[in-house]
Amino acid sequence: MSDAILSLRHVSASYGPVRALDDISIDVNEGEIVCLLGSNAAGKSTTLRTILGMTRANAGEIVFDGERIEGLTTPEIVSRGLTMVPENRRLFGKMSVKENLEIGANLRDDKAEIQEDIERVFSLFPRLKERIRQRAGTLSGGEQQMLAIGRALTARPKVLLLDEPSMGLAPILVEQVFETIQEINSQGTTIFVVEQNAHMALSIADRGYVLQTGSIVLEDTAANLLEHPKLSDAYLGEME
Amino acid sequence: MSAPAPAPAEQSSRRLRFERIPMRRIILIVLSVSIIYGVVAGSTATLRTGVFTAEDWQSLFINGLARGSVYALIAIGYTLVYGILFMINFAHGEVFMAGVYTAYFVAVAFAGNGFLNSNPLLSIAILLLVSMAVSVFIAVLLERLAYRPLRGAPRLVPLITAIGASFFLQYTFRGFYGANVRAYPTIEILQGKWTIFGIQMLKTQAIVIVAALFLWFLLYLFVARTKTGRSMRAVGEDREIASLMGINVDRTIVATFAIGGALAGAAGILYVFLFNQVIFTMGFLPGIKAFTAAVLGGIGSITGAAMGGLILGILEAVGPNLFLTGAEVPSPNQLQPVIAFGILVLVLIFLPGGFLGASEEKRA
Repeated sequence: MSDAILSLRHVSASYGPVRALDDISIDVNEGEIVCLLGSNAAGKSTTLRTILGMTRANAGEIVFDGERIEGLTTPEIVSRGLTMVPENRRLFGKMSVKENLEIGANLRDDKAEIQEDIERVFSLFPRLKERIRQRAGTLSGGEQQMLAIGRALTARPKVLLLDEPSMGLAPILVEQVFETIQEINSQGTTIFVVEQNAHMALSIADRGYVLQTGSIVLEDTAANLLEHPKLSDAYLGEME
Repeated sequence: MSAPAPAPAEQSSRRLRFERIPMRRIILIVLSVSIIYGVVAGSTATLRTGVFTAEDWQSLFINGLARGSVYALIAIGYTLVYGILFMINFAHGEVFMAGVYTAYFVAVAFAGNGFLNSNPLLSIAILLLVSMAVSVFIAVLLERLAYRPLRGAPRLVPLITAIGASFFLQYTFRGFYGANVRAYPTIEILQGKWTIFGIQMLKTQAIVIVAALFLWFLLYLFVARTKTGRSMRAVGEDREIASLMGINVDRTIVATFAIGGALAGAAGILYVFLFNQVIFTMGFLPGIKAFTAAVLGGIGSITGAAMGGLILGILEAVGPNLFLTGAEVPSPNQLQPVIAFGILVLVLIFLPGGFLGASEEKRA
């Protein structure tokens, strides 16, 4: 009913008998950065996996760009303009940096434009250009995260999902990654980011949702969430 | 903090290790020493008798290279499927048999009306096409009917299914084509010898070696350069992320089986160039030897499969004569399978990853 480009309406999902998501509703509007916060095992990754059809929703609907996508296969969903930077990056370690970027554009066949997008990734991450022939598995953690983001960008998504982009990175790199996310957003890509690092995520987000054991317990603008008294200790279990 | 502190612990652990491991270690050491001794002693004894001339060794070597080329092509089928599904397709030998045995009937028809020797190149091309098409068909059918429903099952299940499928196919083709050994019609232009770089070899051997090399090279380019090849590598590394890249995983797996089948079909025709006969059980030994070659080279690696095939072929052709003649073993060439499967056992004991394979622990 809104002008959301991606919305989850009353979505539930489970792994066998274990319910992972319980009736969650999320809206992501075009051009926004929306973050989904929560502690370990709150269901954050499951939310992203369900959007992409890697885990099946057993109730509710997922609408992307005006059409329902919850019954489609992952490649079909990706072809509509949605993709993800997965948790732990999961690059193709035996392939070169270049091949990883090219495979991100696997569904496109406009060679010249793919090349342009790859150049754009290199302007975002000059470090990757230096390592273009290197196997992805031999990159450092930070470089791998850059490549994982680059690989998602060459798919030219309308909405980019990111699963814990800060995980396992040194604080200085985390900041850099989030700055890049902001920049990608300013170039016109809608962002939906899942994070444990709430303060970092909220500092760049427009709005946020807080997930606790499979249910949305809070939703507000990023500014309000940052001031929310219970945010860190009650919902995220952080000691700050 | 202080340097001498860890000494007693280290000593006791060293003693413990000495007491715990030896049996296995000692057996392995004795095994390898006796194998090395046997090989060296046998070889020197053989060379001292002078039964074989340098030319004999050359021709044995070429013979090994030729049969090794066939093993290599079949081995690629094992290695491709393993690389993407982590299963051993033990029915791959039957995929090989199905193609060349079907092409036999085409060859007989061509020989009957004289086409085979009036248009030999065209005939060979048609035989190749028929053999490859049938092998591809069987390989794809196998994937679709026998393996795909078991995609999520524990690894042992598709393995046992593969063995069952192997027998199913053998006896199905026995039903179709009968139980006899059948002689492939001879193609006249392939008879005779060439001298290449001063080495005499059968024309068929030269053709088999060159053709296998060419096909291997084509495959290498295909996997390295094409989109389908890239998809195959991606699915092998991480199936879920491959589908996140928009890759159709099922179609990629079918393509993998089809390519393995095509190479097996081509290998079948090369095989009859060398051995001239077909029978419904003909896939079994070459299949298992090619599997050995794939393991030897490092299963999952295409270059490894080619290397393993050639090494196995050469060892098989040269080995029995070289190692066993001097030890006065009667008719050593009958012991070729001993060499092949001896190698399989040794590789599994001493070098489970093969020459070029990724170490197994990553995937287990």
